[in-house]
Amino acid sequence: MGVSDGAAYLDAASSLPLHPAAREVLLAALDQGYADPRRLHGPARQARLLLDNARAVVAQALGTRSDEVTFTSSGTDAVHRGLLGLVLGRSGGPREVSHTAVEHSAVLHAARWSVDRLGGSASSLPVDHTGRVLLDALPRIGVLAVQAANHEVGTLQPVEEVRDLVDPDAEVFVDACSSMGRLPLPGGWSALAGSAHKWGGPAGVGVLLVRKGVRWRSPFPLDDRVDPRASGFEDVPAALAAAAALQAVVVEREEVNARHTAMIERIRVAAAALEDTEVVGDPVRRLPHLVTFSCLYVAGDALVHELARRGFGVASGSACTSSALEPSHVLAAMGALTHGNVRVSLTRDTTEAQVEEFCAVLPEVVAGLRR
Amino acid sequence: MSEPTLELDCRAMLCPQPIIELARHLGDIEVGEVLALVATDPAARYDVAAWCRMREQELIGTEVTADGATRYRVRRLS
Repeated sequence: MGVSDGAAYLDAASSLPLHPAAREVLLAALDQGYADPRRLHGPARQARLLLDNARAVVAQALGTRSDEVTFTSSGTDAVHRGLLGLVLGRSGGPREVSHTAVEHSAVLHAARWSVDRLGGSASSLPVDHTGRVLLDALPRIGVLAVQAANHEVGTLQPVEEVRDLVDPDAEVFVDACSSMGRLPLPGGWSALAGSAHKWGGPAGVGVLLVRKGVRWRSPFPLDDRVDPRASGFEDVPAALAAAAALQAVVVEREEVNARHTAMIERIRVAAAALEDTEVVGDPVRRLPHLVTFSCLYVAGDALVHELARRGFGVASGSACTSSALEPSHVLAAMGALTHGNVRVSLTRDTTEAQVEEFCAVLPEVVAGLRR
Repeated sequence: MSEPTLELDCRAMLCPQPIIELARHLGDIEVGEVLALVATDPAARYDVAAWCRMREQELIGTEVTADGATRYRVRRLS
């Protein structure tokens, strides 16, 4: 079979192609949103209008207030500002950060940075075998980072239950990068981060939400821009395109999610039917578009290369596919098999025929590598 | 008894080779006996435990060897 037959990009959780709604808006906004939105002349007022419009559209799509929305330069930037800003916002007392063991590396790096530069401590909260944080091990104080959904295995985290369990003056930071747009936001966040290229907007746009009334202080040098929570010249066209994509994704998500849930169930069944293969993550309380499984006795990189040769682009959490040659800390924390790992995640354009083709080639790919 | 009957030297092997060796040689010992696997691959830390869970064998202990590798002791249960 040639690469072009049934070629399918099944790595939506890493990054998505631009949503058609974003492409249109981006092209129009490139010509209209170039000026400095802080100036007073016509082109500047036009840019400012577009920026405010982008903020309003995002707020509406997420069911939050416009003045809680900040555009950042990436999802990672939103995570850093969100988490560290909550740590700095705490007046007096020890700066304690705790995070689930399965947070994205952006959160783990920010927590480490917080300890090194701001003082205080950071602790990792254990998860069960599905990747869900254990609520009985939860600290009640400080800043807690709990993702909305896991980016590698899809398991949803009980953010609202965490909020209910912690002290009223504890703050909950939510990394919602893998679910924003696809699922309604959980309640209970003090600050929350999202990433546009994971919902079909352009890369280089993150969204930071800071709940009104929450004490938050910028962890980085201030800038005299439109929004004091961000720094650097605003990318107005990209922000507007990200907003348009988010709005479109929210409108179509009921239909897309139903389709994805069924397709992922199909792949889960096909993977579970393979000999010595473990499907990881919560089977029900999960992202609709993502599944991860691990095949005993197979190298993850070989699996990724062989699937790529057959036209399927997938990701892997196995050590041999990482630059550090360390296995995924998510799989490790769950006690899941780390080798022979494949993550499949669907785009809005993934077809049933592609999923069927994937399920059809999977057994021979795995068997071929084990031979 | 938890003294190994057999020791596999899997130093410098990358995942999944140490686990393949473990699966290949567990049958070389009797049920109830212990096999030791020595590996340097960081993924073995998690994958030996995961393999034992999936295959219903018992990981009875790990220790660091003099040269900094990790020695996993696995009891054959079936």
